[in-house]
Amino acid sequence: MAVLTLPVPARTNVVTDVGHVWWRETLTILRDPFSLIFSLLQPLVFLGLFGPLLSGLAGNGELFGGSSLQWFLPGVVVMITMFGTSMTGSTLQFEIMTGAFERILATPLSRSALMIGRALKELTPLVVQAAIITLVAIPFGFVLHPLHVLVGLLILGIFGVGVGALSYALAIAARKTEWIFWAVQQSLLFPLLILSGMMLPLETGPGWMQVVSKFNPLTYVVDAERILFAGSLGDVKILWGLVAALVTAAIGLWVGIRSIRKATI
Amino acid sequence: MIHTESLARTFTVGKETIEAVRGIDLDVAEGELVAFLGPNGAGKSTTLRMLTSLLPPTSGSATVAGVDVVAAPAEVRRRIGYIGQKDGAGHNHRVWDELLMQGRFYGMSKADAAASGEELLHTLDLEALRMRKVSSLSGGQKRRLDIALGLIHAPSLLFLDEPSTGMDPQNRANLWEHIMRIREQRGTTIVLTTHYLDEADAMAERVVIIDDGTIIADDTAETLKAKQAGDRLTVVVRPADAAAARALLGTEGSELAERPDDDGTALSVRVDAASHAMPGVLARLRDAGVDVVAAAARRPTLDDVFLNLTGRSLREGES
Repeated sequence: MAVLTLPVPARTNVVTDVGHVWWRETLTILRDPFSLIFSLLQPLVFLGLFGPLLSGLAGNGELFGGSSLQWFLPGVVVMITMFGTSMTGSTLQFEIMTGAFERILATPLSRSALMIGRALKELTPLVVQAAIITLVAIPFGFVLHPLHVLVGLLILGIFGVGVGALSYALAIAARKTEWIFWAVQQSLLFPLLILSGMMLPLETGPGWMQVVSKFNPLTYVVDAERILFAGSLGDVKILWGLVAALVTAAIGLWVGIRSIRKATI
Repeated sequence: MIHTESLARTFTVGKETIEAVRGIDLDVAEGELVAFLGPNGAGKSTTLRMLTSLLPPTSGSATVAGVDVVAAPAEVRRRIGYIGQKDGAGHNHRVWDELLMQGRFYGMSKADAAASGEELLHTLDLEALRMRKVSSLSGGQKRRLDIALGLIHAPSLLFLDEPSTGMDPQNRANLWEHIMRIREQRGTTIVLTTHYLDEADAMAERVVIIDDGTIIADDTAETLKAKQAGDRLTVVVRPADAAAARALLGTEGSELAERPDDDGTALSVRVDAASHAMPGVLARLRDAGVDVVAAAARRPTLDDVFLNLTGRSLREGES
């Protein structure tokens, strides 16, 4: 048999590394596409069962700017992003336990690529999910503005990388007690979602909720998404949404890289 | 290949500071096969993790494959292969996907990774499992896949942390056959940790015994055994004969030891070439009126070496 000796492997850059990590994770979806079908059902359930309640509640009135569907759909897209990316750490936690995490840490992959690649994997089915619920919603009166939606998904993607990195850091922090990951993830996720005005408008809520929501980065992202899905590009709130997403991503990656460096797994 | 100076690592658990590794000086040359042997918690794995840049040292320095582990950890990782204690392959992934992506992680082209992957699947007898989900593999198959993952980029230096822990003897032998074949083909330098005495004895050309965070012995297994332990001759006698036997054996060899036995007292002495010395010793014991119930000549093991160096047996610590 031929002796295979290679020189020291070529240096890779972060973008290539992100691509490789993303592809490794995405392969698990491609090899078992059935899991994707189930994940597609979830947003449809929310849209189909929650949407009609909202329109009944407000009679399609002013609260939702004319159409509860147009108001609610971007909220659902944000919600599935949050559900998906906040679980980035759960597959990681499994790999910390079984050992794959350590094996990958021992490769020359850049540390930020480990987190971004995994977060992007959670965002990948999201694009498909968003496309499907949007297509389903069109016959019910939803107006699609493709370019605006694309900008919206980009902002969401940046935000999702931040959430994913934080989830990654949480998994490392909770590597010895699995339930802590879920306890923290669940007890943060729902307050964040509700206090962003994602499911129900905060305008009719008590004053304190409105104040708290101002400190929730997700609020700015949700606002930006609503404006974008409604077909507007000129609003300064879109810029705030982008800023909130970038800040979340920066903090998430900083925290994540620190926890990888400090972890003695 | 490896050069360390006073490499040390402490951990802080609560208010307690644990000195896991207390200053290790080690040199490993190209092509060597070195085993770190020691009880659980001796600091073997911590040392390995520092050498592989997974854990920054508290003090001291280490150069691995020509690169400083503190200054350029990522550069170290590019040049080595590391096989940890647990399953390296993701349980939800397919065998071939993991192999190919591991190659890509090391910056190999798709074609190079595939060629190397094919060769390793063949060498490690994994060809039939290519598209299997990792979670469905047996323990031995998973371990062989770990070896493949660690070798995909053909590193010139390979670290293995407890490579055969938990495997049955047949699988262990099989695993070692694969590792040795790859070493023969590629001339890979191998550093491994183990707490299996027989494994270190049979496989490694050089045994580094680590206890309580320091190197207490470093030589070939043969030299260690000859220098630190030597052959021992043991005879079992009835209590009434013990005193006479003790007196005679004291002149036959050194390091007389005794322990109670079901049939009386077991006395043992260190003598050179014990199996050849035994007939003569037995004859002289009979001449002295000692009735020998049982006798044995024993070659030393690395456990005897460890016992001699630390006063403790390595087997006691085994779980």
